[in-house]
Amino acid sequence: MELLPLAQQVIFYLLAIVIVVCSILAVTTRRILRAATYLLFVLLSTAGIYFMLDYTFLGSVQIAVYAGGILVLFVFSILLTSKPGESTDEKDIKHRVLGLVAALAGAAVCAYALFTYKWPEIAIQDVQSINDIGHALIGMDKFQYLLPFEAVSVLLLACIIGAIMIARKR
Amino acid sequence: MEIPMIYYIVLSLVMFFAGVYGFITRKNMLMMLISIELMLNAVDINFAVFNRFLFPGQMEGMIFSIFAIAIAAAETAIAIAIIINIYRHIRNIDADNLDDMKY
Repeated sequence: MELLPLAQQVIFYLLAIVIVVCSILAVTTRRILRAATYLLFVLLSTAGIYFMLDYTFLGSVQIAVYAGGILVLFVFSILLTSKPGESTDEKDIKHRVLGLVAALAGAAVCAYALFTYKWPEIAIQDVQSINDIGHALIGMDKFQYLLPFEAVSVLLLACIIGAIMIARKR
Repeated sequence: MEIPMIYYIVLSLVMFFAGVYGFITRKNMLMMLISIELMLNAVDINFAVFNRFLFPGQMEGMIFSIFAIAIAAAETAIAIAIIINIYRHIRNIDADNLDDMKY
């Protein structure tokens, strides 16, 4: 996807504003259903970021699995476990200060590390086609991932059975 | 690729530490799970960005992100099953009230 540089910058800043504002709102809002909605915006903007990086397959997986699957699970479980319009309590002021200090300190350390490290300048190449992704996912050579692919499928099966066993009525 | 790499990483940095703040300060277990999703999502962005900008000829980071998304889906399904089961037993999903097995 070739965009004009200006269009690319405008789209990036829009996505960045949505991600920053909505991820902070998602963890500070009192209404839990609103938090899930803000999470949906964050996940969709993340898919937009993947599309900007030309990883179209990853972006579609993000929309299908996260925004389509996980968010529906969240909304259902929120509606099952809380009354509509009910607001959840945060912890007391001590925990909130602790959380704020931990988050800011961690962010400061990481930002220091990121901005002082000399990133190598590497020429950008074209991204691999969907064909290559398919071959990488079901091949058995080096840099091909049949075994993890099958392991994830078994994990998903175990997860389905486990979820049914845990959540069923006795 | 007009946007430098560091912009994307700072974006995911903000998202990650928003998740850390939410995980520490919220009582409701679903809110804690939402915070965990934020953190996982930030890490996925990092994998994709490092792959795109530092190793453009390969696709290991992207495939790692795909597997991370699949495992996050499994983890969320199990966690929500456990939360609904807890709600059935004690009619409450605040993490502070989960001390039945402690004493």
